[in-house]
Amino acid sequence: MSAGVELDHVTVRFGQFTAVDDATLDIRGGEFFSFLGPSGCGKTTILRTVSGFLDPSEGAVRIGGQEMSGIGPNKRPTALIFQNLALFPLMTVADNITYGLRVRGLPKPERRKKAQELLDLIALSDQGSKLVSELSGGQKQRVAIARALAVQPKVLLLDEPLSALDLKLRQHMRNELRAIQKQVGITFIYITHDQGEALTMSDRIAVMSDGVIQQVSDGKTVYDDPDTPFVASFVGENNPFTGKVIKADASGAVLDTAFGPLRGRNPKNLKKGDSAILFVRPESLVPGKGEADATLTAQTISAAFEGNATHVFLKGAGKKNITMTVGRQAGDKIPKPGEMAVISYEAAKGIVLPEGKLARE
Amino acid sequence: MSSRFLVFLLPFVVIAIFWAMANREARLAHDPTHKSFFDRNGTALGVVFILLVAFWALFLVTLPYLYMVVESFHPKLPPAQRGGPADVVTIAQYKSFFVTPSDGSWNTNHMGAFLFSIIASAAVTALNFAICYPLAYYMAQAGTAQKVRLLMLALIVPYWVNEILRAFALRLLLASRGLINQMLMGLGITEGPIDFLGNNTGLYVGLSYAYLLVMVFPLYNAIESLDKNQIEAARDLGAPWWKIHRDVVMPYAKPGIASGCTMVFMLSAGSLAAPQFLGGPRTLWFTSIVYDFFFQSFNWPRGAAYAFILLAACIAFVMLMLRLFRVSLGETIK
Repeated sequence: MSAGVELDHVTVRFGQFTAVDDATLDIRGGEFFSFLGPSGCGKTTILRTVSGFLDPSEGAVRIGGQEMSGIGPNKRPTALIFQNLALFPLMTVADNITYGLRVRGLPKPERRKKAQELLDLIALSDQGSKLVSELSGGQKQRVAIARALAVQPKVLLLDEPLSALDLKLRQHMRNELRAIQKQVGITFIYITHDQGEALTMSDRIAVMSDGVIQQVSDGKTVYDDPDTPFVASFVGENNPFTGKVIKADASGAVLDTAFGPLRGRNPKNLKKGDSAILFVRPESLVPGKGEADATLTAQTISAAFEGNATHVFLKGAGKKNITMTVGRQAGDKIPKPGEMAVISYEAAKGIVLPEGKLARE
Repeated sequence: MSSRFLVFLLPFVVIAIFWAMANREARLAHDPTHKSFFDRNGTALGVVFILLVAFWALFLVTLPYLYMVVESFHPKLPPAQRGGPADVVTIAQYKSFFVTPSDGSWNTNHMGAFLFSIIASAAVTALNFAICYPLAYYMAQAGTAQKVRLLMLALIVPYWVNEILRAFALRLLLASRGLINQMLMGLGITEGPIDFLGNNTGLYVGLSYAYLLVMVFPLYNAIESLDKNQIEAARDLGAPWWKIHRDVVMPYAKPGIASGCTMVFMLSAGSLAAPQFLGGPRTLWFTSIVYDFFFQSFNWPRGAAYAFILLAACIAFVMLMLRLFRVSLGETIK
């Protein structure tokens, strides 16, 4: 059984500080939903508000259509997986998994049966009698998931549970989490500052900055059609070019940047004279001359070979840094350090957004 | 030669043991670059160290007790006869705890006091735990830093006052015409004064308060290192507050609980001031009996024997409790 989660104008304040500012969104039942943002953006506060450890200062949280105010975390149909997992070190793996059932008064034989079921699900069938400290990082992770699933929550909340794992294991656990979510079919709400995690696992992503939800969309839309400069610069790499709109027509807008006029799509319908930022992704840039208003010249500083691609770092007018990522097929067209390089992009791959805050590097 | 002098041979034995340990230490180390005790400190300084440690361990710690053990196995004699033919090794002093020497009847008076002291000390320990656990939990997990500092200060400052003064102050509060009784009667809650001192309320209050810190701090230390997420995880999984304490906080704090309870029990059973000043007129605390043997009847052998009976019983009781709650002795001193 899954349930949707509705945030209805939720604001959370700590004294003078507003951690979450007027968040409204509708998470569908059975969805894998991620909150993505840098640390301190308010995503953990939202999670704690949904799980019941915090009360919203204003607005309401509804789970499965039911208003949650005044209902404690032990009474909500949610289960939380903590960043440090918070497994009970003095209990065995099986006791950890069935703790939620024990406090609900389920008799021992049934608990044992349930524990075995869940141990099978997380592929730790014969490890039930071990202590948590005897498990590896990935195994602990899976125990934490099983412990949360044991109480049959309608919504599973995950607070960056993969951040403590090494890269390989993290990538493996992404697939595993996604598979478990498909299997149990409940709503997953996932908190992360890692855009790779958010993009690979989620059905939809909410990008947050300074307590404000910037954009709610699926991963592809967030990446290709960011709503704000923050989203454009936080999700994936991006090259920003600031300037004023000098021409706006049906095919897009042209900005007078430090590199001369540059063109991009204009989804926000900016008008001539507006301050704006043009974003061009490193992988959209290619060596060589292209269309007018989509070609620029910059000095090559260095190149970093990364196997499947090479990152070229350039410096242009106004000491602006540009990153260009080229695939192997570019071959010897890759500019050498020290050279002045002419690079270009497809105008439709640039996007012009109204001026706004960028993500800190 | 009197057996008392055998005791004084022991220091030399122990110094030899220290010496051997210092020599062996280098060989026990697995690190081949490890220098021996004497290589590190030089022979002269090494010898001084060993002698100082030996002096402290023997003359200040071990010997006084050993002397008392020896004393307890001797009869009470005037100084002129000590070391004479009447100075024999005997268990009469221990026997006198069970059987009155003068008439051969069961020594119910002393055995009763002994039992009462043990049971009352256990009760004080339980009471103290019930008071201190919520306090320690609040300080370690729930309270804000500022409030915790204030609370700590409020806990510690009263202990700057002398123990006897504190006992008398409590006595003033609890006496028949004391503040509490006057208030109770003034409010019309009771007709006449309640005899708080006679019914031993004063004794329990006094003992509990005397060893409050001894309980609070081990508990605080143990609970303080508990990850808050553990508590939240239990709560999130549906546990009501008392199950969180039963299943998560208390098992985690068990070493601290054991340490605090052991110390409060031992100190209560061996306390002198609070029972003497706050106990009822018919209440006989076992340490008072020991005290009287030493300072009233100058019967040091019997006093020493009684003290060792108390010590042995307390150790046995504590060991039993530790076994019962599955805590190892090592954990309690962590």
